Amino acid sequence: MKFGVVVFPGTWSDRDCGWVIDQVLGAQLQYLWHKDADLKGCDCVILPGGFAYGDYLRTGAIARFAPVMEAIGEFADRGGLVWGICNGFQILCEAGLLPGALIRNSSLEFRCEWTHLMVERTDLAFTSACVEREVIRVPISHGEGSYFAEPAVLSRLEQSGQVVFRYCDADGRVVPSANPNGSLHNIAGIVNKRGNVLGMMPHPERCAEPELGGDDGLKLFRSVAGTALRLLVS
Amino acid sequence: MVDSRRLREVALVPEEYRVIVEKLRRAPNSVELGMLGVLWSEHCSYKSSKALLRRLPSSGSAVLQGPGENAGAVEIGQGWAAVFKIESHNHPSAIEPYQGAATGVGGIIRDVIAMGARPIALLDSLRFGPLPASRHHFDGVVAGIGGYGNCIGIPTVGGEVYFDDCYAQNPLVNAMCVGLVRVDRLMRARAEGTGNSLVLVGADTGRDGIHGASFASVELDESSAERRPAVQVGNPFMEKCLLEACMDLAHTDAVVAVQDLGAAGLTSSVAECAGRVPGAGARIDVSLVPRRERGMTPYDVMLSESQERMLVVVQRGREAEVERIFKTWDLTSAVIGDVTDDGHLTVFDRTEVVARLPIDLLTDGAPLRRLAAMSPEPPPSLHLDSLAPLVDAGQSLIRLLASPNLCSRRPIFRRYDHMVGDSTVVAPGGDAALLRIKGTRLGLALTTDCNARYCHLDPNLGAQHAVAEAARNIVATGARPLAVTDCLNLANPDRPEVYWELEETIAGLAHACRALEVPIVSGNVSLYNDSSGLSAIHPTPVVGMVGVIDDYASRLEAGLKNEGDFVLLVGSTHNDLGGSEYLKVEHGTVAGRPPALDLAGEAAVNRLILAAAKNRLLRSAHDCSDGGMLVALAECCLLGGLGVRCPALRPEAPLRLDAAFFGESPGRFIVSAPSRAMPELQTLARRHHVEISLLGMAGGETLEFEGQLRLSLAEMRQAWESGLLI
Repeated sequence: MKFGVVVFPGTWSDRDCGWVIDQVLGAQLQYLWHKDADLKGCDCVILPGGFAYGDYLRTGAIARFAPVMEAIGEFADRGGLVWGICNGFQILCEAGLLPGALIRNSSLEFRCEWTHLMVERTDLAFTSACVEREVIRVPISHGEGSYFAEPAVLSRLEQSGQVVFRYCDADGRVVPSANPNGSLHNIAGIVNKRGNVLGMMPHPERCAEPELGGDDGLKLFRSVAGTALRLLVS
Repeated sequence: MVDSRRLREVALVPEEYRVIVEKLRRAPNSVELGMLGVLWSEHCSYKSSKALLRRLPSSGSAVLQGPGENAGAVEIGQGWAAVFKIESHNHPSAIEPYQGAATGVGGIIRDVIAMGARPIALLDSLRFGPLPASRHHFDGVVAGIGGYGNCIGIPTVGGEVYFDDCYAQNPLVNAMCVGLVRVDRLMRARAEGTGNSLVLVGADTGRDGIHGASFASVELDESSAERRPAVQVGNPFMEKCLLEACMDLAHTDAVVAVQDLGAAGLTSSVAECAGRVPGAGARIDVSLVPRRERGMTPYDVMLSESQERMLVVVQRGREAEVERIFKTWDLTSAVIGDVTDDGHLTVFDRTEVVARLPIDLLTDGAPLRRLAAMSPEPPPSLHLDSLAPLVDAGQSLIRLLASPNLCSRRPIFRRYDHMVGDSTVVAPGGDAALLRIKGTRLGLALTTDCNARYCHLDPNLGAQHAVAEAARNIVATGARPLAVTDCLNLANPDRPEVYWELEETIAGLAHACRALEVPIVSGNVSLYNDSSGLSAIHPTPVVGMVGVIDDYASRLEAGLKNEGDFVLLVGSTHNDLGGSEYLKVEHGTVAGRPPALDLAGEAAVNRLILAAAKNRLLRSAHDCSDGGMLVALAECCLLGGLGVRCPALRPEAPLRLDAAFFGESPGRFIVSAPSRAMPELQTLARRHHVEISLLGMAGGETLEFEGQLRLSLAEMRQAWESGLLI
């Protein structure tokens, strides 16, 4: 399994994702430079957290025009796994690979804290190591992570089961008090219809080892690694 | 003779001008005068404090780099060095809180980068006037720190914040950055090698921040708002690119040195870089400096404090290698001059020489100021006999937990990314933060500390307390204190009582650092923190400390862990109510002397805690400081989500009940331990001659001293978490 981690100027979760892939998971790691349109044979491309191009203008608004994004669009069209985390999710929305947008947190403040997530899909390459309706603990770190979409888009997402993660409390109740940023329907992560492009605001790469406060994030990385294994076997 | 108005503009006094003319044997031209003005400012030259600062201990077996470089460095084991420094950005933050704080963070990061280290953590020590009146400062500064640190991707893992009337006009913003580098890759910003090229990289140079350093060296007054152009604007994205590019410089051996451009911009960075090599000089051509705007004069270019710029000394002939690295990150770089051996900084504008000054006159020529010291009136003394006894310990505790100086800092640190880097193993909220060093078992403990109320009551003893408390914070994580960076914030030293405070502060720091064997390897002095002669700040010597733990698996946190664990008080308690938070909150007075400090005793308690932590006898440890034992115990409960049940506290005379609960005797920790660890713990305590007493047992949802107080965790949490929401 070869993971590609995209590096834009201003990206900072690249090294954390790289650490988890290389040192914790023991999978193959390839950094992908934003100016490079070649995905170098990666099986899963991660768009990590950060402030690509400073997030000036609007989060992800400039990054979507990077040469690497065109390659990622084609890769996604072919069914390749694309995983946007935090800023990566924002970029995927700007690039039109996922519907909706991430707007300013309802608190109008940056938030870095642990959240609980209800895993609503376990049939995906990204979540296959989770059990049905599992509650995982993953931190967020963003100022603009409030998920927004038009009502029609939102209901389409819900009807087709594209919501993958929802903010919930420790007992798995999806309640307003568990929503850290004002996201509609407590949405923390969504997938495209085909199931190969995932965007999520929380940072699984920050919780892949117990000494960092929890290792639930590793389940997602394991899921992806396991998917490749299953593809190989079948 | 130059007119006095012009001298004031460049913040020089006639006596200094006389020295300049004497040394140059001619009158300086306008560019030269401006350059000397910024470098001879208090901020850059330390002319009022230099003689005193020499008294600080700066050597030790772990020290790789002491004061004099961009940052200090200590060896932490397995070939790694920790590089760190703290710096003030008080004056800019008073005028423009968001950008002042943001560029303070940006500046200290560049200091660490210049040493070849990758920045891994930020801490911020803040002081404001009381809320809600000072909310403008508070909100702007917190947002600015987050705005810069979050964007650049360096975790903000610690710091402190206090509120007092004395900071209402003069908020303090001290930013500390810590970096990591292999010991053999540690760099020094020395302009070695005649003929080597000086390359300027990063942001284009604009007119922003001209005379920022001079502005930071005078009192604030009504005209300060007009100095807003002296405050720079930060671009953390640019700095992130600069950071990564500078890390990539390690791939080439063409780089001789890297120097940050901070206060006094190009003038200071070129002069300092050359000044570190005896006999070296530099030639630069301002016409080669990439600019942001048209019509800039050589004076503007030399004095600009535009942010996000670095000076790189590159081996002659290898400039293209370096330029290629910068280009990868879309950074503009330009060769602006070279290193010479004539001991002068010569500034050209194309072919015309616009300034030529001896390097040592710039960096070391400012006449030291010998100021008068006079101790002020002693503070009001405290008569314990006439102090009303404690009425209701529980209600006092609730009020203390809700006090802005003691309440939870979560509303602040949750606005800072404190996790990026995948290294934060003890997050903010407890004593010190602890970061693991990836690829090793080592952990780096980081904290900042200063109880300025103590310093107000007794600057010498207060400074000692700052060192002792920082050390306790480090020890509470199981790490041993290694070294210190200090930021001395004081008022106008021209006033004899302020200069006396400065003398006493430095004496106290020196004494405590020697006793606890923590050398001071870097630091900063910020004077003139007063407004129009009024409202001077308390002396606030902020101590930033780093410590190391050999295996972070044996780290400790403040929160109680297990039901049934014994909860113990380590250390001795006396009637230490002087200068306490209890006295301020419950009796509305600031009086007395800070608690007496036995530094040998401190060291013994620290050794005991470290030995117990290493032998895995403890489940938690928390430093007892502001608010005393009961506040510390409540914090252990709140951080662990676990109550404690204790028998009634019956102190033996002459110890008073209020002092037993809320007194701030130093050298104390609240620890918890499983019952089976008790015999060994008691043996250890005896061996270290440290008093250890059982408070109670962990468990349940309440904090209780039988018959004296009983509070639910929920009740305490509500008070504790509401303190900043005013």
